[in-house]
Parts: sequence; C-alpha cells; structure tokens
Amino acid sequence: MDENFLINASNISLEIEQRQILNNISLQVAKEQIVTLIGPNGAGKTSLVKIVLGLVQPSSGTITLRKGLRVGYMPQRLHIDPSMPVSVDRFLKLAVNANRSEIGGVLKEVGASALLNSQLHSLSGGELQRVLLARALIQAPQLLVLDEPVQGVDVNGQAELYRLIENIRTRHKCGILLVSHDLHLVMSATDEVICLNQHVCCHGHPEQVSNDPAYLELFGKKDAETLAVYTHHHNHSHDLGGDIVEKREK
Amino acid sequence: MADFIIRALLAGLMVAIIAGPLGCFVVWRRMSYFGDTLAHSALFGIALGLILDISLQLSVIVACMLLAVALVMMENRRGLSTDTILGILAHTSLALGLVMISFTDNQINLMAYLFGDLLTVSWNDLIWIGASVCIVLGVLFANWNRLLTITLHQELAQVEGLNVTRLRLLLMLLIALIVAVSMKVVGVLLITSLLIIPPACARAFSKTPESMSVMASIVGCIAVCGGLAASWFWDTPTGPSIVVMTSLLFIFSRVAVSGEKG
Repeated sequence: MDENFLINASNISLEIEQRQILNNISLQVAKEQIVTLIGPNGAGKTSLVKIVLGLVQPSSGTITLRKGLRVGYMPQRLHIDPSMPVSVDRFLKLAVNANRSEIGGVLKEVGASALLNSQLHSLSGGELQRVLLARALIQAPQLLVLDEPVQGVDVNGQAELYRLIENIRTRHKCGILLVSHDLHLVMSATDEVICLNQHVCCHGHPEQVSNDPAYLELFGKKDAETLAVYTHHHNHSHDLGGDIVEKREK
Repeated sequence: MADFIIRALLAGLMVAIIAGPLGCFVVWRRMSYFGDTLAHSALFGIALGLILDISLQLSVIVACMLLAVALVMMENRRGLSTDTILGILAHTSLALGLVMISFTDNQINLMAYLFGDLLTVSWNDLIWIGASVCIVLGVLFANWNRLLTITLHQELAQVEGLNVTRLRLLLMLLIALIVAVSMKVVGVLLITSLLIIPPACARAFSKTPESMSVMASIVGCIAVCGGLAASWFWDTPTGPSIVVMTSLLFIFSRVAVSGEKG
C-alpha cells in the first residue's frame, strides 16, 4: 500500500429500501492530495461522504483507512438551535480532540480571529463556515472532509476560500476530500475531480483556464488562477429518473 | 414553621435545582414532547405498582426508564412521524394506567398524581428525591461537555468519536428518573413546564450553557418559594401555583428583554 495513502474506498455500493443510491464507487485520497467530488443534487455525494466518515455502512464494498487516521469534518450546515448560548471559543473547545492552545492560531488561519467571543447563533453564513473549518482544523487532521464549503458564496468569495483551503493543504500537509455543488467550476489546485451520479460518470484533472482575456476580465487574474474548469467526458447520459441511458453510436 | 412546609420546600427546591440543567437540555434538544410522554407513562407505573404490590415510587421509576429505552430505540427508525407515536404512547399509557387502577381495589387520589401533592411530601419521599437529584447531578456533571457536543451537531460529534446513541440514552434515562420522582411536586401533567419554562426565562440573559443552567435553577427555586407562599396564604393548589409563578417569571423576563432593547 502506498505509504502516502489516507483512505481507500473500493467498489462501494449503497442501497436503501430498494433504491440504489451508490453503485460501485472507488475513491482514493492520499497525503497532500485534493480530491473534488462533484455531481447533481441527489447524486449520492453526501451519502458517499457519510460512508467515508463511517457514519453510514455501505451495502457492499470496503473502506480502508490509514492506521490511526485523524479526520477533520466540515459539515454542510450547522443547524444550531438558537436556544443554546455558546461562543465560538467554547464551540472550538468542545471538539473532542481539540488542541486548545491552538484555538487562536486556527482562528487566525481561517480569518476569523475577531469572532473568538461571538455567540455562534449571531454569526453570518460565511462566518459560520469559517468557524466550522476551524473546528475541523483544531484536531490537527490528516484528512479534511469538506462538504460543500463554498455553498452560497459568490465567485470571488469562492476563490478566496479555495486559496485558504490550498494554504491549509500546504501547511498541514493533509489530504482533502471536497464536495462541491458546482458541476463545472472547481479549485484549480484539485488533483482529481470525480463526477458522481450514483456511479462514477467520469473523472480526471481539471483544465487550467487559459489566459483568455475575457475570462480574466470576468474574474480578475488572481481569482481566475484559483479556479479551474472541469470538462466532463461522459459516454452515457441519465434520464429524468436518474437511470443510465447508453449513447447510441452513430 | 410547620414540618410539612419545610419538607415541601426541600422537595421543591431540590427538583428546581436539577430541573435547571436538565430542562436546558430538554429545550436545546427539543424534547419537551418526550418529557411529556415520560410523564404520562408514570400513571401506568403507578398502576403496575398497585397491581404488583411494590413500592409505587420504584414502579414509576422503572416504568419511566423502560419507556425511555423504548423511545431512544424508536428515534432511530422511520415510519409514523415521531410526534404521532409519542402522542399514542403518552395517552395510551395514561389511559391504560387509569383503567388498570380501576380494576384494583385501591382508591387513589388522582388529582395528587396529576397535579402534585407537595404538601404531603414525607421524609421517605425526600430520600428518593434527594438521592435521585444527587445521582443525576453527578452523571450530568461527568458528561456535561459530551452532552453539549452531541446537542450542537450530532454528526460532527459522531465523526469525532462520541458514542451518540449511548449519550442520548443516558440523557433520556436521567430525564425519566427526575420525571418519576418529581410527580409529587407538580404532578404528571405539569412536570414538563417545570423543565422548559425556567430555561426559557434564562435564555435571553445567558452567554454560556452553564450560566443558562444555573439561572434556570434559580428561576425554578424562586417559583417554588412563590408557589408555596401562594398556597399558604391563599389556599391555592401548590403544584399549579408553582407553574403559574414560572409563567409570571417568564413574562417578566420578556418584559426585561424588550426593555433592554429600548
């Protein structure tokens, strides 16, 4: 086994109440590698992530984890009941394997130092995202699992967040599994894109967007470098029900 | 002062103190309907105790705890919506308990069980209440941070390695125990209000879960004193008087909050 491997999922299938959610998925993440998972709604991305995290058992297939793997998880949404008063500081301290002396450092890293004593429920969506990221980092993870970290963020905000994630990868030398709702625009630092719709539809490297002036003008050079376009290459399509329709050769 | 008032005060204060932190969890986890279902099943526990001729306090505790286990097991499944199932369990157990009691030859003071009978608390009752409150306080204290973590985000807690099901079961058993021994204080129909109204009062003035719990306990204690005083001077039923006091304190807290906002 490659000594840099963090997680290795083979032939994962998931069936719930006779519905096929995932079909024969294989996935690897290694140290310092960024894997982006994309797919339409209902594709099974969240189910796959839950299997990787050990929250759900697959119907078949195996998952191999590096021994003693420390996983940091940034969930999609934090449904926090406003009835519990809790500060950001306290929230980070509650992480099970928190390195408390690192709280200041981690908040600085995600750009949320000012929020240390803020109440969790008073944070904006973007601020809450950063705090969730801090929570994932406070445990010095070897694998970071980010579930739609740029959801609801505009393109410039996305680029900024992707730069942050890339810095985290470089600084912590962790592997990153990132789930994205965007079918085309991904982190340019992504090593592997996996397009998912019950099964793996296609996978590969994203293209570096060229120095097309129109594109640069749209995003600005700095942001344009952070984002990449992923071109899909499917040999099939899915009908409205999600079932696979083979393309007919002409 | 008369002995019975001192016993009533002790019982009420002990329950108010534990209802603070425990009630906070009921509010944070939106479990008030669970609390209600546990309380309704207490009558079923009474019926069992009468039929089996064992200590009523014990049979109520056992019945409530068994139901708590069943509720946690049910939470993990789908099917009928949760509140439908809870409604069925709550009302069936109450009604079944009453029907079963009618078959025995025992005359029971129904009002006492439904609305509490604080002024007839005995030293024996105080031992049950005292022991239960100490146990629950100890267990809550030992698991405080873990319980907070699963309440904030259950999946995150699970990924971080906490045994969520075991902690949920623990919390449910603690609530069952307190509901069972608090029957004498405010009765089966009102015990949930003692759990949820004091935390509701405390919320606006709290910045940490600990301060909210302590404040809720204090509110509960004030309500117990006020309710007992009303009962003494105006001959009102004690349990409901205590609950009315918590409601008044809630209104007062809302006024104070809107006053602060200017």
